[in-house]
Amino acid sequence: MVTVMSDLVQLQQALTAALPTEVSDFHTPRPQQLYCRLARGAAPQLAKLLRADFQTELALLVANDRRADLGVYEVHYLFDNPRQHWFLHATEHLPADDPTIRSMATFYYPASRFEREIKDLFGIRAVGQPDERPLVRHGFWPESYHPLRKDATPPADFRDDGTRFPFLPVGGEGVYEIPVGPVHAGIIEPGHFRFSVVGETVIDLKIRLYFTHKGTEKLFEGRLPAEGVELAERISGDTTIGHALAYCQAVEALAGCEVPARARYLRTILLEMERLYNHVADFGAICNDTGFAFAHSQCFRIRERLLRLNRRLTGNRLLRDGVVLGGVKHDLPADLNLGAELDAILADFNEVVAISLNNTMLRDRLEGTGRLTTPTAIDHGVLGYVARASGIDIDTRRDHPFAAYAELPVQPPVFATGDVYARAMVRVEEFRASVKLIQQATATLPQGALTAPVGKAPAWASAFSAVEGWRGMILHWVMMDEQGRLYRVKVKDPSFANWPALSFALLKNIVPDFPLCNKSFNQSYSGNDL
Amino acid sequence: MGYVLEIAQVALALALAPGLVGLIRWLKARLQNRRGAPPWQPYFELTKLFQKEVVMSNNASWLFRFAPYLIFASTVAVVFLMPLLASPLPFDAIGDLLVVVYLLLLGTFFLALAGLDPGTAFGGMGASREMTVAAIAEPTIALAIFGLALGAGSTNLGRIVTETLADPGVVISPGHLLAFAALFIVTLAETGRLPVDNPATHLELTMIHEAMILEYSGRYLALIEWAAWLKLTIFFTLLANLFLPWGVATTLAPGDLLIAIGALVLKLAALGVVVAIVETRVAKLRLFRVPELLSVSFVLALLAVTSSFLLK
Repeated sequence: MVTVMSDLVQLQQALTAALPTEVSDFHTPRPQQLYCRLARGAAPQLAKLLRADFQTELALLVANDRRADLGVYEVHYLFDNPRQHWFLHATEHLPADDPTIRSMATFYYPASRFEREIKDLFGIRAVGQPDERPLVRHGFWPESYHPLRKDATPPADFRDDGTRFPFLPVGGEGVYEIPVGPVHAGIIEPGHFRFSVVGETVIDLKIRLYFTHKGTEKLFEGRLPAEGVELAERISGDTTIGHALAYCQAVEALAGCEVPARARYLRTILLEMERLYNHVADFGAICNDTGFAFAHSQCFRIRERLLRLNRRLTGNRLLRDGVVLGGVKHDLPADLNLGAELDAILADFNEVVAISLNNTMLRDRLEGTGRLTTPTAIDHGVLGYVARASGIDIDTRRDHPFAAYAELPVQPPVFATGDVYARAMVRVEEFRASVKLIQQATATLPQGALTAPVGKAPAWASAFSAVEGWRGMILHWVMMDEQGRLYRVKVKDPSFANWPALSFALLKNIVPDFPLCNKSFNQSYSGNDL
Repeated sequence: MGYVLEIAQVALALALAPGLVGLIRWLKARLQNRRGAPPWQPYFELTKLFQKEVVMSNNASWLFRFAPYLIFASTVAVVFLMPLLASPLPFDAIGDLLVVVYLLLLGTFFLALAGLDPGTAFGGMGASREMTVAAIAEPTIALAIFGLALGAGSTNLGRIVTETLADPGVVISPGHLLAFAALFIVTLAETGRLPVDNPATHLELTMIHEAMILEYSGRYLALIEWAAWLKLTIFFTLLANLFLPWGVATTLAPGDLLIAIGALVLKLAALGVVVAIVETRVAKLRLFRVPELLSVSFVLALLAVTSSFLLK
């Protein structure tokens, strides 16, 4: 812990030395988190310094409308250093009559997406942003409507303004476009994919998402903290525990609540159960897209076994109602030998994996397909299995331990090739590791209470929490008002970072391999478009 | 009597085709540990489609409406020339293997045109892929059967069956075996089965046959589907009766014909089992590997012809 503290001290000294007037008000409300105030327009300088000296990139950009009490907009920059295990949280104030920030888009692509997002939702413009196109704003919203401003009133009548979405056309002889979606043949969510193709080779893919805006962040506002959990569970249907846990941990951090050890272990078990059922389904689905339906039906059978275990654990097949503020709702059933059940399921899964991977035709389809190179992956700030398949060694469970992960061994599998095969194999290895993790957690499960009371959180303070969901790092950022109600909740699903990288993975592949690449990414539409 | 039989065997092929596809689907489901729809499900599908309203793209021309009838008719016409139950038959004189191949190609050609006609991206994509496959597959069919024709001294399918029955030893000649292998691979390609095309997929971007017919609905879709199933039956019959002609009646005696029907159903079902097993075992080839596979089958066919010629 001593060395760790010195990291933050070093960071603070380096920042004070390099940016004496720009950065101020350092404090450390929680371990491994350094908070500071940022002078107007200093964000790009800070980001460049952090990149050069600390190899640290922006993880989250949160805008907040504080005009009612402070007369300003706040913008919070959250920087993540996975190797030294710290976060830097910098806050910038923008006057209400001139809500602009300085863009970081020219040197960090993910920042561009955050900036476009807050421009649509808050009307905060990023000066120097090269991409003026809307991101979240649906074609039916008037341009002046910024729904996350506190005084935003929805127009009485949403209608298409008739302007076409400006896709960058690809010219040249023999180039043609294949538009796919937003309505698809399968039971998936809406997304528009526009391929520019020569023969069968894809030379460009433009993905337009954001057809599923539900106003999730706005729905959080005004709720009591406990009422936020059920909403967090529904951000992305397959990531119930991931989002609920991130949300609960953020609120608990704000309120200073210490979660009992038994609850921390049970939360770990639930999160790993979620990883298991999603990874097994994904492996089957990847195989199915090569026409190898055997693996698909077998994996679905295994997934069903896991879902039935989930129901015994939480009363819900998709683990809803498992995590509550301050702990967990259900204890491990006394008559359930989870370790033995998982051993049987793992043996089952290993057999299906062996049969599938011994099939040379299947291997031929997976290997070398949809390659996301490490530099491209880094440029996009990808997360989760997409990152680990492209040689980026990150895993929030190890880098910023939460729940019981500090006491359990986490060794994330990392593959270098970045192809569909690597993304499938990361899932297979993680499945195996998760079974071991759960078995270890059940074996060392401490006794004690399931929940701790969560006191009233201080008004106008903020806290965030990072959770390694099955897709990757989930971030929740929370602020309360004086009534103890949620004032602002910002959610980042890993899909937000990973979706754009899919276009690059597909370059120079052939059109019929797109579904395979897409399945190996398997990003959430709903988690991406809140 | 021969003409009655011709019509009867076409009716039989039309009746058996949906069942054959249903059987393969059901077997595949069982092999994947699924319960699967019953083998007679395709009959319900046809009935349903014939009763449904036709929805058409505004961009579709007369060609789009005309193509299903032509595809269906050309496929049915092929059955008239096939030694399905008995040989020789009166229509044998009308056309030989070349007519069969070109009638099949006619259907494929109009299917590709119909795919292009409404101007959707998927239709064009499917049509272009279908032509890539057909360009190598069609000559292989002709060549493979030609390997048998060399031995029989006639390109007439009925004659080949009769000659083979007269000299059963020829079945295990290298020419026959190589031709069988070539024709089996082509059967998978031409009828849209794995590893060339996945008949069970919903992913438009990977489709070949299905991509061309995405815009079809109602009775048009029913006709095209039925024709596709009939095509599968035709190819299975070619494999079964040209290479293992036992059971095919050489007289028109009712007893022989009954045996012929039984033998045909058994042979089709056996081939259905083989295809279901193959489809469960393999994954779909990457699109650009398909021509490689088809080239292999073409070379096999060429070898079949060469060996038939040399060993004659």
